[in-house]
Amino acid sequence: MEQNVVLEMRDISKNFTGVRALSHVDFTLRKGEIHALMGENGAGKSTLIKVLTGVHEFESGTIHMDGKAGEIINHSPQEAQENGISTVYQEVNLCPNLTVAENLFIGREPRKLGMINWKEMNERSEKLLESLNIHVPPTQMLDECSVAIQQMIAIARAVDMKCQVLILDEPTSSLDDDEVEKLFVLMRRLRDEGVGIIFVTHFLEQVYAVCDRITVLRNGELVGEYETKDLPRVMLVAKMMGKDFDDLADIKSAHEGKKTAEATPIIEAEGIGHKGTIKPFNIKINKGEVIGLTGLLGSGRSELVRAIYGADKADSGKLKVNGKEVKINSPLDAMKLGMAYLPEDRKAEGIIADLSVRENIIIALQAKRGMFHPLSRKEMEEAADKYIDMLQIKTASRETPIKSLSGGNQQKVILGRWLLTNPEYLILDEPTRGIDIGTKTEIQKIVLDLADEGMAVTFISSEVEEMIRTCSRMAVLRDGEKVGELEESELSQSSIMKAIAGGDDKNE
Amino acid sequence: MNNSRLKKITSARLFLPIVCLIAVLLINVIKTPDFFNVSIRNGVLYGYIIDVINRASELVILAVGMTLVTAASGGQDISVGAVMAVAAAVGCQILSGGQTSVTEYQNPLILAVLAALLAAALCGAFNGFLVAKLHIQPMVATLILYTAGRGIAQLVTNGQITYIRVDSYKMAGGYIGKCPIPTPIFFAIVTVVIVALILKKTALGLYIESVGINGKAARLVGLNSTMIKFLTYVICGVLAGIAGIVASSRIYSADANNIGLNLEMDAILAVALGGNFLGGGKFSLVGSVIGAYTIQALTTTLYAMNVKADQLPVYKAIVVIIIVTLQSEVFKKFIAGLKNKKASGTVAEGGQKA
Repeated sequence: MEQNVVLEMRDISKNFTGVRALSHVDFTLRKGEIHALMGENGAGKSTLIKVLTGVHEFESGTIHMDGKAGEIINHSPQEAQENGISTVYQEVNLCPNLTVAENLFIGREPRKLGMINWKEMNERSEKLLESLNIHVPPTQMLDECSVAIQQMIAIARAVDMKCQVLILDEPTSSLDDDEVEKLFVLMRRLRDEGVGIIFVTHFLEQVYAVCDRITVLRNGELVGEYETKDLPRVMLVAKMMGKDFDDLADIKSAHEGKKTAEATPIIEAEGIGHKGTIKPFNIKINKGEVIGLTGLLGSGRSELVRAIYGADKADSGKLKVNGKEVKINSPLDAMKLGMAYLPEDRKAEGIIADLSVRENIIIALQAKRGMFHPLSRKEMEEAADKYIDMLQIKTASRETPIKSLSGGNQQKVILGRWLLTNPEYLILDEPTRGIDIGTKTEIQKIVLDLADEGMAVTFISSEVEEMIRTCSRMAVLRDGEKVGELEESELSQSSIMKAIAGGDDKNE
Repeated sequence: MNNSRLKKITSARLFLPIVCLIAVLLINVIKTPDFFNVSIRNGVLYGYIIDVINRASELVILAVGMTLVTAASGGQDISVGAVMAVAAAVGCQILSGGQTSVTEYQNPLILAVLAALLAAALCGAFNGFLVAKLHIQPMVATLILYTAGRGIAQLVTNGQITYIRVDSYKMAGGYIGKCPIPTPIFFAIVTVVIVALILKKTALGLYIESVGINGKAARLVGLNSTMIKFLTYVICGVLAGIAGIVASSRIYSADANNIGLNLEMDAILAVALGGNFLGGGKFSLVGSVIGAYTIQALTTTLYAMNVKADQLPVYKAIVVIIIVTLQSEVFKKFIAGLKNKKASGTVAEGGQKA
């Protein structure tokens, strides 16, 4: 093994019931570096990490680690942890009903006479958190912390367990810019202390902000390992896609000029609000337009659409759909009025994991039709095939459980589910989070096509660039309140940032 | 080719439940060679196997309800045994008009049956309300009727065992006219068929699975999770009522202390033996039915082997441990691991020779 190398994976192969997930992949991690693992969905990033951490077994290949004689094979994440490999996942794997300190020391609590020494545990937690600049009391319940803090606590736990290799699997996908920056500070610090960090993310900017090296995978094969400074962004995208990628910004231009002259409002909300989450707001959404909602995390973007859709029943205000005043008590009411809502948290609120792709696609339409009007097997299969084909969902068959699909394909299934109900108003809450660039672009294109056909769309995303590319108008939210709107001509990175930050409001 | 077909069969959902049933039956045949012998005595079918199928009827009916409750709410209804007693008490009390023993109906039979089922449905609705609306854990919510149910039944019958010594009342637990097949078997079959038809002809099955797997997502796609969970508890209650009527008819009385005693545990076990996940979600009705017959076959076997009634649970527990271990994921993985090792071992040896 070379000097300075902390982890070396050689010639790793892994099959999933006939599908080759990894084929002779090499991966090298050096001490004190942040190493990005890049690739589209299905490229094998997650599989490589799961092989390393003992979640999956692998067929061939070797793993060596610094300071360990001979090969190591981890049979479980616990064993990996003992070997100095810790992982922080996209979805935080901590216990929400325990305190911060308990989460930090779970399974290795300091003991006195066989009993847990709470005092010592809380003190050590406080020291640890302080040393990492994480400001949260150790006795606070985890579910009272923001997702960002939870991520950092997960990292703190890994750090305290003296890990040599820290794997961060999409830790930033639910963080806002400020929180991401804090996380980066923490990452850089750990790097300077000699920890090797593997960073899996879909955000290119972040890769260029913190990473020293990049390893690119595609279709389970290694494309190459590069120094970040030698690999321009366009090249990276090209390597990930396996082709020269036409500029993402081009999608919208094809749709320019097709704007409908007169605006027919589909949704008109007056003073709609939900106590504790979103203050009363007014919004008008027109046929054939994509309206974006922007704001920091927790600014009320999701809460605004949830109040319209009836996911959190609005407790004030009036809602008009197609000019008629309506009352929405539950999501079903909203669906019957032609609304569709793709929720922010795909895993918790979107997919029905054990059901097949087919069942996941038809479930909304079936619910809309009612229990006593079941779709026939043939109708279901046709519907499923139609959307698998139209959205190019990669699945072994329509009977495959949705949980075995990759994130992007799961999201397409959910999108298909809603398109099948033939909605007039489609709400997409972070439809592209945690999915690869290729699928992202596809989804953006579908959104614009749908708008061209007259559908009204609300698009929520944390990525400002993506919003500029897709939206024709934008509403800005801050601290649970709608604070303004930006017309298409005003849409630019800087104007949006300014609106979100809201610095010059008071000058008016 | 052959291998892959074998694999397909062994990986099918119902493979293990069926294997378990066959195994129990095989032990029976070895121990009592005349196990499958069916003869006609006094004009009715007679034999061990008939006895198993007959005695399993109430359990089958309960298992069907338990399956739906488990799938939708990820918990079990442990009050079904007590609800059986309640239904029996209500039915018998109406038929007897308050007397402890009658030889003639004091009220129409149909009224008694409807009242019994209504009482059972109310019990189910009470459970359903606690679980679906108030989000109380199913085990805790149904514990209330588990303990209070038999008391309610005692109240209804004034603490007496009410006897209905009318031939037509004995039919549900005995025989109809000259039909040689015991009536409870028909009750079980009809119940299973009706529920299966409802699941097939409506979207209820899909709704129940969706709610059980991901309640939040189910709500956002327009399903009324609360209503669906509630409904499964009501169905479970009604089915317990039917089982209660059958059980009461067998002994032509309402014995609040004994009807359906400990049957709730067997029903839960039937669901588990059927390969259903007790945490809810996808379910197989057929699996639970097979599980119910397996348990009854086991009970009958043990009796046939002269195991005393009070020792029965011990032996039952041992067999259940074996069956549940066989079906567990960990065990399956272990077996798969052994196979893989063997396979890779032979490959490696082959490589060396070459």
